Amino acid sequence: MKTDDLVSLLATDLRPVAANASLHRFSAAMAVGGLVAALAMATGFGVRADLAVLALTPMFWVKLAFPGVLAAAALVIAMRLSLPGRLLGGAWVGIAVPVLLVWAMGLAALLNAPAAEREGLLLGASWRSCSLSIAMVSSPVFIAVMWAMKDLAPTRLRLAGAAGGLLAGAVGAFVYAFHCPEMAAPFLGIWYALGMAIPALAGGLLGPRLLRW
Amino acid sequence: MERIHSETRVVQTEARLKALFLQGLEGDGVAYHQFLKQLSVQLRGFLRKRLFGWPDDVEDLVQETLIAVHDKRHTWRLGEPLTPWVHAIARYKVIDLLRARAVREALNDPLDDEQEIFASAETAETEARRDLGRLLSELPDRQRLPIVHVKLEGLSVLEAARLTGMSESAVKIGVHRGLKALAAKIRGNG
Repeated sequence: MKTDDLVSLLATDLRPVAANASLHRFSAAMAVGGLVAALAMATGFGVRADLAVLALTPMFWVKLAFPGVLAAAALVIAMRLSLPGRLLGGAWVGIAVPVLLVWAMGLAALLNAPAAEREGLLLGASWRSCSLSIAMVSSPVFIAVMWAMKDLAPTRLRLAGAAGGLLAGAVGAFVYAFHCPEMAAPFLGIWYALGMAIPALAGGLLGPRLLRW
Repeated sequence: MERIHSETRVVQTEARLKALFLQGLEGDGVAYHQFLKQLSVQLRGFLRKRLFGWPDDVEDLVQETLIAVHDKRHTWRLGEPLTPWVHAIARYKVIDLLRARAVREALNDPLDDEQEIFASAETAETEARRDLGRLLSELPDRQRLPIVHVKLEGLSVLEAARLTGMSESAVKIGVHRGLKALAAKIRGNG
């Protein structure tokens, strides 16, 4: 068949496309993924009982802001990488800045602490399980994000997969923070960062296969 | 001088195609038909240069890119130029093809100048190797007949319905589903 015939086929029975339709499905996927992650966290791990007291401590807000800001930055980047012809610009700064800030906070906390307390600041009580738990909590978001991105049109699949994975990881860490007992910046800088890096890495590895269109 | 000419041509093509594309997004099939037709001319010129060594692949890739543009038209954001968007899609499809053949480094012309997408037009069409006629014959009758009668023979939905004994809505659904199935087959065999 000739290209002209294909053109006719494609133009038949044409449906209007809503402006910015691309955003709707993405937001819906994020909402569903985030909700499932929150439910899984609440039933699987349990929400901390002392949230009312916690809300008065600055560190609790740092613990939410760190993955929160990363999620926002990763969302912008994943979105740009999912729309053909969009440039990344300086969006990666949104990832670098919160990570560097938390590392600086962690370093300051370590330097100011007596030598005997440093190990506690680094490892807390849950370093063995923290990163993997974050990765687990983020998995429904990971599936939702990849599904939504495939519906768009990413052209750099590895990078797009990594950005989508980071987005999932950051949402997972945000949700997990409501369970997590740790309150030290060095702990965040290592185990939270690692927990978010796992889905990002998985997204980078699987991107070419998951996102191809 | 020639560069200036080619730049104004690119700007004009962008404006013309974008206007048609916008109408198409609103559901105007006639404008959209024009858009795809003119776009295929641009794509053919662009791809023929890039796939210099594989003239047989050009028409296949023109068709594949047209389908991609159609399938992904919801990813174009209102208010943005069309050129970088189409270029990114065409480039992706070229790289996809070249990667499949593991000959990416043999690319004879750099793909990165996005203005190029509308800079070369090529109307002369060679037959696509992928035989859409054969793919069409693989569709079930309830999809194939509506497409053949309505789209290829140009009958009205009512006439096609009388001819096939199907209801009018069944003909419409057949065309719609058949096109989707066809696009999937084309992609699957790409």
